[in-house]
Amino acid sequence: MSDWAQAPPPGDELTETGTRRMKINMGPQHPSTHGVLRLMLELDGETVTQAACDIGYLHTGIEKEAEAKTWVQAVTLTDRLDYLCPLINNLCYSLAVERLLGLEIPPLAQWMRVMLSELTRINSHLVWLGTHAMDIGAMSVFLYCMREREDILRIFEMFSGQRMMTSYFRPGGLYLEPPRGWQGPVKKFLASFPSKVDEYEDLLTANPIFLRRTKGVGHAALEDLVDYGVTGPMIRAAGLAWDIRKSEPYSSYEKFDFDVPVRTESDVYARYQVRVEEMRQSARIAQQALEGMPSGPWKADAPKILLPDREQMKTEMESLIHHFKIVTEGYRVPEGEVYQVVESPRGELGYYVVSDGGTHPYRCFVRGPSFGNLQSLPKLVEGRLVADAIAALGSTDFVLGDVDR
Amino acid sequence: MLPDVLAKQPTVAALEAWDASAILDGKYDRSELTLVIEPERIADVCCFLKKERQYNRLAAVTAVDWWPAEPRFEVVYLLHSLPLNERLRLKCRLPGDAAQIETVCRVWKAADWYEREVFDLFGIRFRNHPNLTRIMMPEGWQGHPLRKDYPTAGRYSYQGEAIS
Repeated sequence: MSDWAQAPPPGDELTETGTRRMKINMGPQHPSTHGVLRLMLELDGETVTQAACDIGYLHTGIEKEAEAKTWVQAVTLTDRLDYLCPLINNLCYSLAVERLLGLEIPPLAQWMRVMLSELTRINSHLVWLGTHAMDIGAMSVFLYCMREREDILRIFEMFSGQRMMTSYFRPGGLYLEPPRGWQGPVKKFLASFPSKVDEYEDLLTANPIFLRRTKGVGHAALEDLVDYGVTGPMIRAAGLAWDIRKSEPYSSYEKFDFDVPVRTESDVYARYQVRVEEMRQSARIAQQALEGMPSGPWKADAPKILLPDREQMKTEMESLIHHFKIVTEGYRVPEGEVYQVVESPRGELGYYVVSDGGTHPYRCFVRGPSFGNLQSLPKLVEGRLVADAIAALGSTDFVLGDVDR
Repeated sequence: MLPDVLAKQPTVAALEAWDASAILDGKYDRSELTLVIEPERIADVCCFLKKERQYNRLAAVTAVDWWPAEPRFEVVYLLHSLPLNERLRLKCRLPGDAAQIETVCRVWKAADWYEREVFDLFGIRFRNHPNLTRIMMPEGWQGHPLRKDYPTAGRYSYQGEAIS
């Protein structure tokens, strides 16, 4: 219609500079929004004046679904929340349920959990590094990252039979006995991994294009980030040395020796440096777990909670009854509530689990780290260029499965 | 009166000295401290805890539905103090009928999305919230899915958002 030429659409007033603000929609299918995030940007020329996130496109009602599952069945749902670190989600849920049950976990299971959690962290950071570098134009890093990720996924497959939806940690210990000869592939991976990190750093750390796209971009003050509920590498890149593995150790993390990388610049580059250093530290923890792996049972001694061995089930009446009860009804968890936190690759992952004494979780709330981190996004992008918004978006390292749940 | 084990906690003692009527109940279970707060006082209590007790982080806000019991809803605030490395859980019990509570957005910005989520999935209203709209479910959705009386079977076809 001819009206278009004369009158601006409502909301598009002229600014002081004589230009017109434009509202644009980024996503939900934009490649740099990694999943289905919709950003609504208001632009003045190329500058973002206002930004807002629209989430919920991936909402699958996992918290509601958990209420209809038995305690052990709900483990499989936790994989699907943050699909880049399924094992850490399994771990957090298992720890919460174990605290409600008052279960003691044998050392082997605890160390195995630490080792696999750290491999998961590397896996998640690799995907982040590859996609983030690709977002800002460094295409080849992605291929390097996927190469190492493949090795980690093979290790997961060897342990649990699954590459991504592992469900390997269960309340009470592990799902299966660690496979014979598991040390080989893990040792091989850890031996070569530090040199692979050097390769990524060769491609990016001093790369002038990468530096100009990331230095000073997406800056936010530490107090603001804390206020918005931001956790994990983002907050460590803003100068706060807070890591839940150190401050509230779980699963015998206190027995491992590692550093918490901290930067103070609080920009995209600082977040990159923190995550790259975290990969090195994770490999160090996994190496310690591999070398000092204790021997002994791999699950707790709790016949009413964990399925009995096949052999026992066939020869002992008691075990058969337990098996039948666990499979048909599930086990009961004492009344109570716990909030268990772990350090996920993205920050504070928390499970607030409430039991009414029944065989199903009464309420299972997941405090996904991406949710809090994404909430701070307008703070990172407002007043900056659109192209920088892509870099800032990548640096928050969100997983929509974790945001929308 | 609060049990002795609670009154010894410095946070509880400080809160009691400030306003004893704000704490209705509490427990210390599995090394986690929970306080039940008078719903009308929640924003003041949060403000006090942030300023005087260094609870500078709000980890999350969520809710639990105890339908058909009354009071039906429990709004749960998961607080964390980075300087003290302490966690605290606050709870407010709300009736099932027209449940509403004051927002804590002015204390921590993090509350914004969490309160929207509780509003969306439980139907609890937060007074003075800057933008209380649905966040997970689409606009125009019927009902609040995390309520215990929300039907989990049957047919419902979402008609889409009404475009005016």
